[in-house]
Amino acid sequence: MNLQQIIDNLNLTLLTEPRDFTSIKPEGGYTSDLLSCVMAGAKSNYLWITLQAHLNIVAVAALLEVPAIIITENARPDAATIAKANEQGITLLSTPSPTYEIDGKLWEMGIHTQE
Amino acid sequence: MSPTSRLPVRTPTQQETHGRRDRSITDQDANAINRVEELSYDLKVHEVMTANMQIATPDMPLSAVLEILRINHISGVPVVKDNQLTGILSLEDIVRAMQKNELSAPVSQYMTSKLITVASYDPIVGAMQKFSDSRLGRLPVVDEDHRLVGMITKGDITRGILVALQKDYKEEEVRRYRASHLFEDIVSDRTTLVLRYNIKAHDFTHGGNASSHIKRALLRLGADPQTARRCGIAVYEAEINLIIHTTNGGILKLEVESHRITMSTTDDGPGIPDINQVLQAGYSTATEQVREMGFGAGMGLVNIKRCVDKMDIESTVGKGTKLVMRIYVPTENFNGRKDEKPNEPPTDHRQS
Repeated sequence: MNLQQIIDNLNLTLLTEPRDFTSIKPEGGYTSDLLSCVMAGAKSNYLWITLQAHLNIVAVAALLEVPAIIITENARPDAATIAKANEQGITLLSTPSPTYEIDGKLWEMGIHTQE
Repeated sequence: MSPTSRLPVRTPTQQETHGRRDRSITDQDANAINRVEELSYDLKVHEVMTANMQIATPDMPLSAVLEILRINHISGVPVVKDNQLTGILSLEDIVRAMQKNELSAPVSQYMTSKLITVASYDPIVGAMQKFSDSRLGRLPVVDEDHRLVGMITKGDITRGILVALQKDYKEEEVRRYRASHLFEDIVSDRTTLVLRYNIKAHDFTHGGNASSHIKRALLRLGADPQTARRCGIAVYEAEINLIIHTTNGGILKLEVESHRITMSTTDDGPGIPDINQVLQAGYSTATEQVREMGFGAGMGLVNIKRCVDKMDIESTVGKGTKLVMRIYVPTENFNGRKDEKPNEPPTDHRQS
């Protein structure tokens, strides 16, 4: 399952620059709005699902090599956050759905966590 | 190849100073500009154009031009007379002539003489603009005296950008190669590379910048990805602690030696009353406002401990706190060779 299919299936809105999402194949996901928990729990090439939309999510994703962040419940990052994400190569995706629904759908699509 | 060689410095022409470069660019604008956009202003038309092009003269018969197009697999040629560009002839023009069975007619009869040209010293963004406005596939390139010096296609622009990006990539490789030999090339009884970062209190906007610089520096120096990641996480938590909790900010320091990496933060207050308490997972003194941003989970020091081999924290209320974190690295890390098999990530001690 690549990121392009995930974007299509979940009808996610792309907030950052388009890139070749078919080459990004997430190996799992992590959900939390607490940055330190994400630091501890998200592995590289995971998707991160969160309500947080401020600038610091980009730094966290970049350090962890998380390719994309799905921002739920229509929380919108500001222009500086989007610019920073483009600079760091992090994709920001937005959805009106709550986190629980997105997690459930991702799991159904076969995006499970790695053990 | 010299990795630092740049394009020759030249005084900008009148035309260029009227372009985007003349406008003052804010930090935010600058952040939003990606490398390809930057290149579309940096690269000039003459750097990507085709200079050795086929040309036609106005009195040539169209059948001869058709032969030139066929042999060279091109779809149009500039028409030149006395060194001056006078028109352009494309396959479409020839098709028009064929419909009237006039392939023996001279080029001048069917060529387009209303010309859209680009100047050779224009940035390629100018050519891109003309391509999108005119929907033409190729444009003649002229010098200051309107002499034809080349042809440019969209393909030339794409190729030029790709070559420039490839050069960027190579430069990064060379930088990385050089840095990774630092500890081999500089001989001393003990070599230490020290990087210092000043962290401002409550500056969430720049939170994580120092950490990402540190992670990149470590990778360039030859650290294996897993070690760089562990350092990145530890130093991020320490950096954020300085931003959230200190009165006047503090200093983040990275010391790289061939056998270990030491990261430390020092600040001048307020100090921690009970260190055992802050080491407990979930304990936090962060304000509600900071917690809303997702900080203050009470996991910072716990995360650091998990990522580093040794962590020491000393604090005096009213004087300040010193946090020292240390990671021992396999010897092959900093002598130019890459570690083929990265260490397993440390296990998560949160539950224990």
